[in-house]
This record gives sequence, structure tokens and C-alpha cells, in this order.
Amino acid sequence: MKCTEFLKELTNYLDGALDDRTKSDLEDHLAWCHNCYVVCDTTRKTIEIYRDSELYPLPEDLRGRLRSAIMTKCTASKKSGPQNA
Amino acid sequence: MSAIQPNISEQPVSEELQLVRAAKQGDDKAFEELVRRYDRNVFRIAQHITQNREDAEDVVQDAFLKAYGNLNQFQEQSKFYTWLVRIAVNEALMKLRRRRPERMVSLDEEVKTEDDSVPREVADWSPNPEQMYNQAELRDILTRTIQGLPPGFRTVFVLRDVEGLSTEETAQALELSIPAVKSRLLRARLQLRERLSRYFQKRASGDGNQ
Repeated sequence: MKCTEFLKELTNYLDGALDDRTKSDLEDHLAWCHNCYVVCDTTRKTIEIYRDSELYPLPEDLRGRLRSAIMTKCTASKKSGPQNA
Repeated sequence: MSAIQPNISEQPVSEELQLVRAAKQGDDKAFEELVRRYDRNVFRIAQHITQNREDAEDVVQDAFLKAYGNLNQFQEQSKFYTWLVRIAVNEALMKLRRRRPERMVSLDEEVKTEDDSVPREVADWSPNPEQMYNQAELRDILTRTIQGLPPGFRTVFVLRDVEGLSTEETAQALELSIPAVKSRLLRARLQLRERLSRYFQKRASGDGNQ
């Protein structure tokens, strides 16, 4: 397997979506190609770091205000008949 | 190296469907429960797309209001959440277009070349970026880095890797083909990796900052 072929399969590999044969070819490549090993490892870390850091938390007070506004508008829309949203 | 698992646990579909069906029958408490269940996700997705907090607040309200008004059109062939995300993404893109009328903003926009995904930074990262930067610095790096991606790539990455939607659900929510989702996801992941490497790679000098 060449590095370009490895790159094409990287997403499927990280998502566990490869058949056994391709997975094994890919892991053979990773065993000797340090650059691809690093790219694979740091891509996995990239995904994990974004998954683990909540960049845009919704503060509870804002959350309450938004929910209350949503439900008020929903009730009003019911009273005024079906809307073409 | 093990496969990465999505972080959203599978909600029992039947329970969610019960809420949706009750809401369709006019039970507003059931709809409110759906809002509670997904408001944080919709807010996060909207912030990632619009990159503006006020717009994201509007998107949360507009998306749920639209879902409420069109609940009877939800055919129950997909998860309610996937349907809601589709509404929210469309609302967020509309906000983005309004704010940046000079640039056509589309999920279909193709990015110039394949070169943007060729790895250049191939140094290992330090064991733990959290040790190199404090929480605020790290958050700032992550935010600026993801904001630099084109909206079409950013959105696929957020739905798939941050929100944990499957490839099929992401394709449904964005009205893209599965190969298009996979191709964008790969390029988004590689571009983010490339940019983060500039901050996180091991340095001989031991200086963490650029």
C-alpha cells in the first residue's frame, strides 16, 4: 500500500468501517511508515480533542430563556392557526 | 489503533417517537421535552456554522419553531434528531448568507484543489496538548482552527465528529451523498490536523508557543 492509498482509507479506518483485508493492509503500512503513523495518530487526536472540548456550551440561564421563548411562540402559533414555516 | 466511537449514546427510538407522536397530537409538554433533549446540540451546531452567538440563539428558536409548525410532515422514517438537524443547518446557513452576502455560502461549494489535504506537518504531538496550553488558550486555538475551515467542511466535521451522527445521518441531514460526506470529512479532519499540528507538535526547544 502506498501513502496516498493509506490517506484515502484513513477516515474509514478511524471509523472502523474497513473490511478485514484492507484493515490489515493498512496496519502493515502503518508498521513501517512513520509519517503515515503520525498522520493517523494525530488525526485521531484531532477528532478526540474536538469531541472532548465543548466549545460552545449553552449557559443554563440562556437555555431557560430560549426554551421559554420557543414555547411561548409555539403556543401563539397554535392559536393563530397553522403557520407556513 | 482502535476505531473512534461516536460520543452520543443511542437514544431509544421508541421513547423519542412517543414524544414526537404526543407532540403531534398537541401535547406541548412532550414538545418541550424534545427541546430540552436537543437544544444544546442545536445551539452548538448553529454556533459552529454561523460563528455568531446572536445568530445561533435565533437559529435555536427558529429551528424549534419550524419543527413545531411542521411536525406533521415528519414522516418518522429518520430519527427526529436528524430531521431537526436538517432544519437547524438550513436556518444557520440562511443566517450566514444574510451576514455575508458578498460570498455565496453553500454546502456544495467545492474547494479549489486536493492539495489542501496533503499532510505537510508530520511531527508527533506532545503527549498532551492540555499540558502545553491552559483551558482558555486551548479553546481559543480549537475555535480559531475550526473557524478557518470552509462552511461545507466545518459542518460535516461538526455533525459527524462532534455531534456523533453516522455518515448516513449526516448525509440525510445535509442532503449530500454518502461519498460526498466521506470525502469532506476526510479533508476536514486532515486540514484540522494540519493546522493543530502547528500548535501541538513536539518541539526540541520545549517552547509550547509559536
